[in-house]
Parts: sequence; C-alpha cells; structure tokens
Amino acid sequence: MHVVICVKQVPDTETKIRVKDGQVDHSETKYVVNPYDEYAVEEGLRIKERLGEGKITLASTGPERAKDALKSGLAVGADEAIHLVDEAFEGSDPYATALILSKALQKIDYDIVFCGKQGVDEDHAQVGIILAELLDIPHVSVVTLLEISDDQKSILAHREVEGGHEVIEAPLPAVITAQKGLNEPRYASIKGIMAVKKKVIPEWNAEEIGVDAEAVGTRAAKIAFAEVTLPPERAGGRVFDEDPVQDAIKVAHLLRDEAKIL
Amino acid sequence: MSNDVLVLAEIRDGAPKKISFEMLGEGQRIADQLGGRAHAVALGHGIGDVAATLAQYGAQKVFLADDPSLEDYTAEGYTNVLANLIKQTEPALVLLGATTTGKDLAPRLAARLAVGLASDCTGFTLQDGELLVTRPIYAGKAIATVKEEVRPYMATIRPNIFSAPEPDTSREATVENIPADAGQIRAKVVEMIKEAGDRIELTEADIVVSGGRGLKAPENFALVEELAGVLGAAVGASRAVVDAGWKDHSYQVGQTGKVVTPTLYIACGISGAIQHLAGMKTSRYIVAVNKDPEAPIFKVADYGIVGDLFKVVPVLVEEFGKMKAEA
Repeated sequence: MHVVICVKQVPDTETKIRVKDGQVDHSETKYVVNPYDEYAVEEGLRIKERLGEGKITLASTGPERAKDALKSGLAVGADEAIHLVDEAFEGSDPYATALILSKALQKIDYDIVFCGKQGVDEDHAQVGIILAELLDIPHVSVVTLLEISDDQKSILAHREVEGGHEVIEAPLPAVITAQKGLNEPRYASIKGIMAVKKKVIPEWNAEEIGVDAEAVGTRAAKIAFAEVTLPPERAGGRVFDEDPVQDAIKVAHLLRDEAKIL
Repeated sequence: MSNDVLVLAEIRDGAPKKISFEMLGEGQRIADQLGGRAHAVALGHGIGDVAATLAQYGAQKVFLADDPSLEDYTAEGYTNVLANLIKQTEPALVLLGATTTGKDLAPRLAARLAVGLASDCTGFTLQDGELLVTRPIYAGKAIATVKEEVRPYMATIRPNIFSAPEPDTSREATVENIPADAGQIRAKVVEMIKEAGDRIELTEADIVVSGGRGLKAPENFALVEELAGVLGAAVGASRAVVDAGWKDHSYQVGQTGKVVTPTLYIACGISGAIQHLAGMKTSRYIVAVNKDPEAPIFKVADYGIVGDLFKVVPVLVEEFGKMKAEA
C-alpha cells in the first residue's frame, strides 16, 4: 500500500500575528508542521505498521522551509519525500495548490492520500477536498477514526459532524483529511532526526510534474488576498475581585439588565 | 450570467437550519446591490415542505432536488446535482453554510466548476461590481479581505454572524423541481452515530459555557454543564482539558478546535492562551471566572470575576435559575 501524505509549514499557533503594509508580517514568525498534518503523518505510519508492509511518501509545495516539514515526517518514519518547488508556484491559492499536488500525485501511484483538515494559517480548509476532485477520487473530511478493509480496497471512516459522527465507506484510492482526535502523533527519536539530516530531498518543478506555469501561482489566483488587517482589540471590561458570591450576583444582574441578553 | 445569488439551504430533520435563513438575508442584501434576486436550492428526500419556509425568509425561487439518493448528504451526489444547476442558472454568487456539510461540499463543488471559494466568511462588500469578502485567518488573529476573481463567486458563511430576516408569511416563491440524479457516489454514509442527549452545537449556539484546567478534575465539569443547562447553552472546553482527556475534541474551542461567535461566552477556569482567545474573541459578551487576576482572559472579558470558580459558578447557576423563573 502506497500512502501519500501532504504536509505544510505554518506559523506556530503561539505566534502573535502582526500586520505590515496590509499583509501579515512574517519577519519573526517561527514555523512548525501544520498540527493537523501531524495527525495525517501519524495515521500513515500506523497503517504501515498494522499492515506490516507499504510505503509512505510525503509531498509538500512551498518555499525552502517546506523541507523542514518533510524532514520532520521522515524523522518519524516516512520513507520518501518530494518537495514541489518552483518560482511559478509562489502565491498559489487553494485550487492551484491542489492542482500542483494532483499533478505530482499523477506521477506516482497512490492508494490513499492524507492531508490535514486545514492549515492553521489561512484556514481555507480546501486543498485536500479539491485534490480529491481533481484526481477524480472520493474524499472523507475531518476524519477521527479510520479502518482499512482486509483486502485493502476500501476504508471505513468516522467523520465529525454536528451532533455526532457519520460513518463513511469509500473505495480506495481516496483522500482523507485528518482531524484532531484521529490519533496521538509520536515524537521523532534522536536517531530518526540524525538520519534525516543527511537526506537529500528531491525537488520537482513545474516542468517535471507537467503543470502549466500559467495555471498556478499568483497570476492564476481565483481568490486573491487584497488586504490583511488586525481585528479590533476588545476594550477591557469590568473586573470584580471582592467577594465571589456578591460578584457573581452582580455579574448575573449586569448580564440581564445592562447587556440585556438573558 | 445572471446577477442572482443562490443559497444552498441546509436541511436537517425535514426543516431548514438557521444558517439557511442567515444566508438568505445576506444573499438578498448582496443581490439587491447586484440588481439580481436571491434564490434557494434544497436537496434531500421528502423535502417539499421546506420551500414555503424558505420563501418566508426571502427566497424568490426555490429549486428542489428531491430524491432518495439525496436523503443522506454525500459530497459527490450533492456536487453532481448542484454543479448542473449552477451551470444552467449561472448565478453571480453561490452561498453555503460553513457547517460540517458546507465545508465538505463547497471545495468539491468549486473545483468541479473551476472557480474560487472563500471559506468561513464574515462580511461581503461590492466595490465597482467586484465582490470583496472578509474572512478571519489564523483562527481570527487577523482578518483578510479576499477578492474573488472568477464567476460564479462562491463562499461559505460562518454561522451566527449574519442576522436572519424576520419571516414574512405572506411571501411565496416559485418552486422548480430540478433533476435530482445524484450520479455516482463512491463515498457513502453507512451509519450515523448520534451523541446521547440533545447536545447544542458549539458553532451555532447563542450562549457557550466553557471549562478549563481551573476545574481541577474531570468530574468537576458537571459544574460547567449545570451552568450551561440553566442557560440553554452549549458546552465548550479549553485545549488543556481536551488534551488531558477530560472532554472529547469536539468540545474544544480555539485555534485547533472550534471558532465560536455566540452572544455570550462564559469562560470558567480558563486562563486564556492566545490559541483559545482566537477561538472566542469575537463573542459579543465575554464573562471570565478565574482566580488568577493576571489571567489573559480578563483582557478580553466584559465582566470578569476574580475568584474561586467553585464558589462563583454555583451562585451564577442559582441567579440565572431565579431570573428564568421570574421571566
């Protein structure tokens, strides 16, 4: 079974976002692997371990730092990694990102494809699902539990919905987008981290994957970021710190009489 | 290409969900500016009754795709039906709810039509005939203004942001039955596991009561649940207690959980890490109960109580209980 996992680098969720000239200022941003992609990687590893065979390939499109995401996946046990990088890819929107990934995937065989359910940067939550449509295969999104059938031809996935879970059956190949709760990602061993240091990650450009440079990047954006602003700061409110019981009564009454919401 | 706005009504248990009305209200406002009309489309089985309701909330025309193959939502079946309708009617804008259904369906539908999609939107402006959409990014730590470049524009709308119009029972809509062939469905729903009890969905709730590490032990979450119960609120949790296994991830509010925008958010024993604040900062009113006066949650709270939540929360339960009895 060939498991392909798409990963990306995102600003650490601890990051305080700053804006300069209408765009997010990343000059002091610390990047990490997208948290949802870590669940995707872990699930791939577990599938290989359960089946006792298989290959895990990681794919990422993005600037040089994308290699760090690929390396952290290799360090925990993925077999191969491909860095999809080209000047033409810069500024790709979710559709173009999925297009790049789909062209790369068409060059390799795949049985199951994992993505995080969303990048915790721009929060589009689109790439994995668009990728499935472009590859003309089914998808199951926000997956919290996954089983592969004995014949390795289909999956049973639990998908988080309002008020419960849907159980979805789909034939492979399929795209799965990982939700928190799917598993508990492992940490890389020192040995794993050391082994990855020397690893040379192959780079594939637009020509190699056969994507039209005019169909990706900023020039092909179907949605374009015009401007980024910071949300208005909340004005600090009233703090009560005298007597817990009296303060609670006061706040309950303020909610009713001042805020008028009860 | 028309100037109409098409709203995908979301049907649950035979009736449109509130987000459908919120979308019709905003859809009508945009259609007015475009010089078009707001229409609704509903998919399902045995859903003929929803047309009248959607009309009351402003739909001029209701497209109905009624077929057993559409009874359960499937991304592929719904994409097949909607892509055909959109190609035929050529709306200027298609709106879906940023719900578990809309978030799953919209990217597939947008890709099928090769158009762009703005996710989880909170505002729309027309400027020189172009649509500018605002949407929170980094879980709300920043707001992006996005320009859609390809028609039909497509967007998912965050629940609880736009107000639903007052229903007008005198309004009627033209009902048009559309081809309801789901086509090939590979990913099929084989079972629905419902949670015990009627849990109020966090992202749709008017009031949310959340608990954090200050509760000290998982069994003390009962206190938060009691307060939520008396207020008819949804229950939320901080990442710390979800990671500790006290609550399932579906309760988590914050950057790697749910982003909520209720009228009232009550945080009990939550210090207010940046990731948590990102998920609840746009609530209309915030109440914080925490014994640490330095807790960051107080910086965003309208009403803060510095004190032991085990003393404060039972009093809130009692007071709200009394108010409810008086009302």
